[in-house]
Amino acid sequence: MTQQQIEKDKFKIVGGNHEATEKLADKSVSFWKEVFLRFSHNKLAIIGIIILIIVILMATFVPMFSQYKASDQLGVYNAPPSAQFWFGTDDLGRDIFVRIWEGARISLFIGIAAAIIDLIIGVLWGSISGLAGGRVDNIMMRIADVLTAVPYLLVVIVLLVVMQPGLIPMIIALSITGWINMARIVRGEVLSIKNQEYVLAARTLGASTGHLIIKHLVPNALGAILVTMTLTIPSAIFTESFLSYLGLGVPAPTASWGTMASDGNKAIANAPWRLIFPAVFISLTIFAFNAVGDGLRDALDPKLRK
Amino acid sequence: MIKYILKRLMYILLALFVIVTVTFFLMRLAPGSPFASERNFPPQIEEKLNETYGLNNPWYIQYKDYLIDTATFNFGESMKYKARSTNDMISESFPVSLTLGIEAMLLAVGFGVLIGVVSALYHNRFPDYLATSFAVLGISVPSFILAGLMQYFLAFKLGWFPISGWKGFIYSILPALAIAFSHMGFIAKLTRSSMLEQNNSDYVKMARAKGIGKWTIVFRHTLRNALLPVVTYLGPLTAGVVTGSFIVEQIFAIPGLGKHFVQSITNRDYTVIMGTTVFYSIILLFAVLIVDILYSVIDPRIKLKGAKK
Repeated sequence: MTQQQIEKDKFKIVGGNHEATEKLADKSVSFWKEVFLRFSHNKLAIIGIIILIIVILMATFVPMFSQYKASDQLGVYNAPPSAQFWFGTDDLGRDIFVRIWEGARISLFIGIAAAIIDLIIGVLWGSISGLAGGRVDNIMMRIADVLTAVPYLLVVIVLLVVMQPGLIPMIIALSITGWINMARIVRGEVLSIKNQEYVLAARTLGASTGHLIIKHLVPNALGAILVTMTLTIPSAIFTESFLSYLGLGVPAPTASWGTMASDGNKAIANAPWRLIFPAVFISLTIFAFNAVGDGLRDALDPKLRK
Repeated sequence: MIKYILKRLMYILLALFVIVTVTFFLMRLAPGSPFASERNFPPQIEEKLNETYGLNNPWYIQYKDYLIDTATFNFGESMKYKARSTNDMISESFPVSLTLGIEAMLLAVGFGVLIGVVSALYHNRFPDYLATSFAVLGISVPSFILAGLMQYFLAFKLGWFPISGWKGFIYSILPALAIAFSHMGFIAKLTRSSMLEQNNSDYVKMARAKGIGKWTIVFRHTLRNALLPVVTYLGPLTAGVVTGSFIVEQIFAIPGLGKHFVQSITNRDYTVIMGTTVFYSIILLFAVLIVDILYSVIDPRIKLKGAKK
């Protein structure tokens, strides 16, 4: 066997992240630290995080410091993007740049609120069902089964037809069937944890059910819960824009991405920027949340752990 | 198997009952009357209208009537367009939506699987990056935005396709694409990851060791196993195609059921809303059932819950 000569210049010193190598050299890396490390190696997820940070910062500060307000009618109608109006103006002469970030507030608020409501109901329902077991579990899960069989968007539409359109009805409509997924995941986690010795030990020591849920079950189910939450937000944002498009969204003077896109769609021939900017930001935000959610799921997946 | 199907049918009936009941009570709570747009209504006429539609009866009678009507598929007359029954509307417009929907599904599954396979075969090479970014784009861009952009650029600016209407196959291409695009992306992603998983399994290595060609392995071995997650996605896909049609039919002015549904929402035409909702629910519930049965037929390893051998 001949030894192949490898030239030196094929190698180069890239240096190292000393902090990271030090940490890896530790005897044990905590679970979350490991998740964080794996997450930070996921390029797409990092891009997602960066986009989200930018969107959140802009949504917080632009409406605060801008010279125009979102509902100001500036007397310049359908103006193309310029130095004065960065994203142009709409048919009522409102500055689209400010409206985009005002709309970001609405969209993020709806997404996060829906995710939190899902979280609360889902965790309660899932953990009670899983812990109680037996007939209670059976009944609770059958209720969930029937509710999942009900087509989600139809219920949302029918609900919104009935309620006065607005932020709160929108959130209620979004979370009315959204919690089921969360409940299922939590129940699954609970069932797998419930019969382990340490839970039995805690029970023997007289721990209450509430204590068990908060101290033992939730921390173990946290990963799955987190992933579900991050993936709920983009679908809520998507549904919001979809419903706004149908005219069931947040009512008129409020800027929402869905309403802006739907208005822009009608004006596409003479003012394409009115569609393009909301479209880009809806898509970017949905993409970012999905990327972060996927990244989290991969980072949390024990099968991929090295 | 039969026991399983019966059980599922029972769920479907229960779910339908929930939907019918909920829509009924919600519509009763709804503000605004369907007759509100006709101004200067003499009270006698309004009284007469209410009587015709049974709006004067106590709620339990109305509810009972409604349940019976629904069970016999009699959804009543439209409150907005006089002398047009909801049933007529559905039977007139549903075939259009069905054609569009099937076309969209074929597009989504066909191209989705193709893109997924290509990107798995060229894992971490240029075609993979191209396909993955395409998939990501598909997932991130909502269908109504895509529909608007395609209509503007491909139909209006370039004139490759008709702008709107429904007069033949060429009219259906853009709408079907708009509906299918996001699902295409999702299916591509699903196919890619499950193909990659299969590629590491022993039987693929074995086939490769025997010297079987790349594409033969794909079609004879991997794809069959890799397609299972795609089959599970067919249920959500049906739902997605239906909801996609609400908006896309509106944008492209296609006389389908989705368009009627959206219009009935804007008109607060309660009978039509309820009728179409129930009709859509039936379709979606059965679609999911069929997918589940299909799944167990395709993969013999899966035993349906509640089914005895």
